[in-house]
Amino acid sequence: MPSLPVDGEPAPVDGALPTASAEAFGQRGLSFYVHVPYCASRCGYCDFNTYTASELGASASQSGYAAQAMAEVRLARRVLGDRDVPVSTVFFGGGTPTLLPAQDLSDMLGAIRDEFGLAADAEVTTEANPDSVSPESLGLLRSAGFTRISFGMQSVATNVLQVLERTHTPGRAIEAIDEAQSAGFEHVNVDLIYATPGETSDDFARSLNAAISSGADHVSAYSLIVEDGTRLAGKVRRGEISDVDDDVAADRYIQADSAFTAAGFQWYEVSNWAKPGGECRHNLAYWRSDDWWGIGPGAHSHIAGTRWWNVRHPSAYGDRIEAGLSPAQAREILTGDQQRDEQILLAIRLKDGLIAAGLSGEQLKVVDVAADNGLVNSDWAATGRVTLTQKGRLLADRLAIDLLTE
Amino acid sequence: MANSSAPKPGSTDPSVIRNFCIIAHIDHGKSTLADRMLQITGVVDSRQMRAQYLDRMDIERERGITIKSQAVRLPFTADDGVTYILNLIDTPGHVDFTYEVSRSLAACEGAILLVDAAQGIEAQTLANLYLALENDLQVIPVLNKIDLPAAQPEKYAAELAHIIGCDPADVLKVSAKTGLGVGELLNEVVKLIPAPIGDADAPARAMIFDSVYDTYRGVVTYVRVIDGQLSTRERISMMSTGATHELLEVGVISPEPVPSAAVGVGEVGYLITGVKDVRQSRVGDTVTSSLRGATQALGGYRDPKPMVFSGLYPLDGSDYPLLRDALDKLKLNDAALVYEPETSVALGFGFRCGFLGLLHLEIVRERLEREFNLDLISTAPNVVYRVRMDDGSELIVTNPSEFPSGKISEVNEPVVRATILAPSDYVGAIMELCQTRRGVLMGMDYLSEDRVELRYTLPLAEIVFDFFDALKSKTRGYASLDYEPTGEQASDLVKVDILLHGDAVDAFSAIVHKDKAYAYGVHMAGKLKDLIPRQQFEVPIQAAIGARVIARESIRAIRKDVLAKCYGGDISRKRKLLEKQKEGKKRMKMVGRVEVPQEAFIAALSTDESPAKPK
Repeated sequence: MPSLPVDGEPAPVDGALPTASAEAFGQRGLSFYVHVPYCASRCGYCDFNTYTASELGASASQSGYAAQAMAEVRLARRVLGDRDVPVSTVFFGGGTPTLLPAQDLSDMLGAIRDEFGLAADAEVTTEANPDSVSPESLGLLRSAGFTRISFGMQSVATNVLQVLERTHTPGRAIEAIDEAQSAGFEHVNVDLIYATPGETSDDFARSLNAAISSGADHVSAYSLIVEDGTRLAGKVRRGEISDVDDDVAADRYIQADSAFTAAGFQWYEVSNWAKPGGECRHNLAYWRSDDWWGIGPGAHSHIAGTRWWNVRHPSAYGDRIEAGLSPAQAREILTGDQQRDEQILLAIRLKDGLIAAGLSGEQLKVVDVAADNGLVNSDWAATGRVTLTQKGRLLADRLAIDLLTE
Repeated sequence: MANSSAPKPGSTDPSVIRNFCIIAHIDHGKSTLADRMLQITGVVDSRQMRAQYLDRMDIERERGITIKSQAVRLPFTADDGVTYILNLIDTPGHVDFTYEVSRSLAACEGAILLVDAAQGIEAQTLANLYLALENDLQVIPVLNKIDLPAAQPEKYAAELAHIIGCDPADVLKVSAKTGLGVGELLNEVVKLIPAPIGDADAPARAMIFDSVYDTYRGVVTYVRVIDGQLSTRERISMMSTGATHELLEVGVISPEPVPSAAVGVGEVGYLITGVKDVRQSRVGDTVTSSLRGATQALGGYRDPKPMVFSGLYPLDGSDYPLLRDALDKLKLNDAALVYEPETSVALGFGFRCGFLGLLHLEIVRERLEREFNLDLISTAPNVVYRVRMDDGSELIVTNPSEFPSGKISEVNEPVVRATILAPSDYVGAIMELCQTRRGVLMGMDYLSEDRVELRYTLPLAEIVFDFFDALKSKTRGYASLDYEPTGEQASDLVKVDILLHGDAVDAFSAIVHKDKAYAYGVHMAGKLKDLIPRQQFEVPIQAAIGARVIARESIRAIRKDVLAKCYGGDISRKRKLLEKQKEGKKRMKMVGRVEVPQEAFIAALSTDESPAKPK
């Protein structure tokens, strides 16, 4: 999860919520995100808050991490009070969660179950690197209550994996998916990255085929983003690698959307496709502005209009937790306008779209023009929902700007 | 005043007066020489001394040029034991101010020709020297900076002698920096420059050679009294307009203002009448007494005539009233500045301003930005065109977007006579440059073995853009340029419009020679293609002469503008980014349906690369 610091106001050391948010909590579903800030090696394009063993040195140990995360779960319980809100989704992301022993992941999930209780149909996902799982570890995770696994396959083209500096071989991702299915995971996601410099449309077609035929019921496909400060950005700046071409990215997106649709996947968010019932409910919780608590360094949380984010570095995080303090670095209490803006910019990306009745007259004019320009499905007035066409999905940010509150 | 026994203003015998100026190029040491003269004559002691004492504006000090002239009265006891009154009349130092220079020269009987002993004479100095010779001034050639290791006093003494027709041994050698030779120079001034001749008993006639607006005093007018005298409390009359004023104060500068009862025949001094606008006190005009005044004005008066026009727009549209007030204030001190409100589709509300030339434009713009804290966009400078239509009617065009379409029988553009001095190695490069700028060679002379004077007539339009920069770069900075307007010529000129998605962008219309229209069109279309962000639809950019498209580019429609990933930790950042983009969008200017960021206009109008230059 990228979590670059943003400006905010100081967060209270005990993590207490503003009264309004504390009172409103519980009206929407509750989710947990657990950040695991470790990787075996850092990929060239990655700007996530993650660290390799050599980067961290002795200041923050992987072996003590689960205990710290569990302590934050108990802090969450104290802050949120004893209201009975069973957790509907949990998502372990990173970093590489599977770099920790399966038992650690199991313990952290256990802490959430102990403090809050899991809903009967709770969705519990972990991200995994194809290199860091085995049939045994996958079996352990499944029996600990994990229901969904997400693999970073990215591409099957060797030249693309090289540019991305991914360490796995193309074949390993497919094997790992098989192993996960054998271990009883019903829901499997694969991540793809497209428009990597040097990737041909044939390269991408092979990656799409691999993802579709892997048996996964969910695919996330992202255009490569050259983030500032990454090794990839350095290479682009020095001219060693060309930058991502937006027109190529648009072609690839259309290629992906066609291939997935033909294979029975349906888009339900700009970059996400699923077979029926395979949608990721955790991510939908973000996009529907539900409540979620992010555990771990740099993790963001959102509870009823208050958002905060934890200190980024694992050792700073550990220090706060050891001292019994909230790891929150700063927070923002969203105004009504800001909450509406966030709902618009998130919901417009979803298949379900925006509810037209919630828009102002000015915003409806924007929608009307967007429909004329082919960005919005023309049935919006009849259905009462503003949903994007394929062209509109590719230009979702332009439309969102026009729809933001004046 | 330092010398208490010196003759007093208003009662100075003309025979001890010497009125002179210094003709010099920027950097050749005029201000430093003036500083030494102030010190040697004792009017400024070393405690009060500061460098470039007489240059008042920051811009003048920084650029080392004099924008406005003034005159300083220096009592000097010469080797013959007599105390003389030396009036040093400063001359503005740039090509745009030729008329002002000519009036300053007309106030003098002599001139010091000051030349850097390491660089030799420059074109502009040469032009001013010719002006001085035309005015029958006694010229004293002086080489400065003879203490520099790079000085070549023999070589340049020979050059000066050749130009003015004297003996190389007569060329004085000084170091204004150290003061070496400056005392001798002042004695030469006394010896060589004639005393003024005027009729003390005739009705007063004084020539205005400068007028300056002062916040506290109103307009301060600098005059040279030719005949009679002007006294405090007297009513005076401006002979060009007939306007009358009461003289609230008269006096001399030495080097701070010293009020006196009168300024007499042959003297140089200042007048204060309380008027607030320099237009009421015009350079070149004759001042006389209201009562029994002169009937015949002194010759040579001319209205200032703007030669170069440019649109000035505030970057922030809400600064428009501030810009208007600032121009109103600058106008008080700048008789040559003209302006009128103008509206541009691309740039909003602003003013079309007329200037004497490019430097004048630059100075006004710089003063607006610096003294009034304004951020400005200026359109590419253009000259004034006289357009005769088929039906015989005539139009004066100062803004290319107002150039008429069709039914034109003739277009006239101003031409200048340009003088270029350069080392002879660069003659080829200069000729090539002038050729591409539609220049006609009028003559060429060797000033010395390796220095050449080239005389061209050139359309002013070809000079106002970047001619000087091109000349400098082709001659490694060695060439110098001077020009003066000589009239106009009929030329094959067309207006090139730049259309964005079918709509003409007024700020980019240009009047260019037919042969250069294509190059201009291709250049601008290409530039805009790189500057304007992609829109949701394809945007054709066309360059057109009337309805005929001569160049075409297109900005492809944007296909992707969406962040691939938007999860929990991205939302805050994403919202802030979109809010910022929404703010940015509000600052976009609409040209038809096309959103153009203001930065694109600024960049397209920037002169770092010449759009008029053929590729």
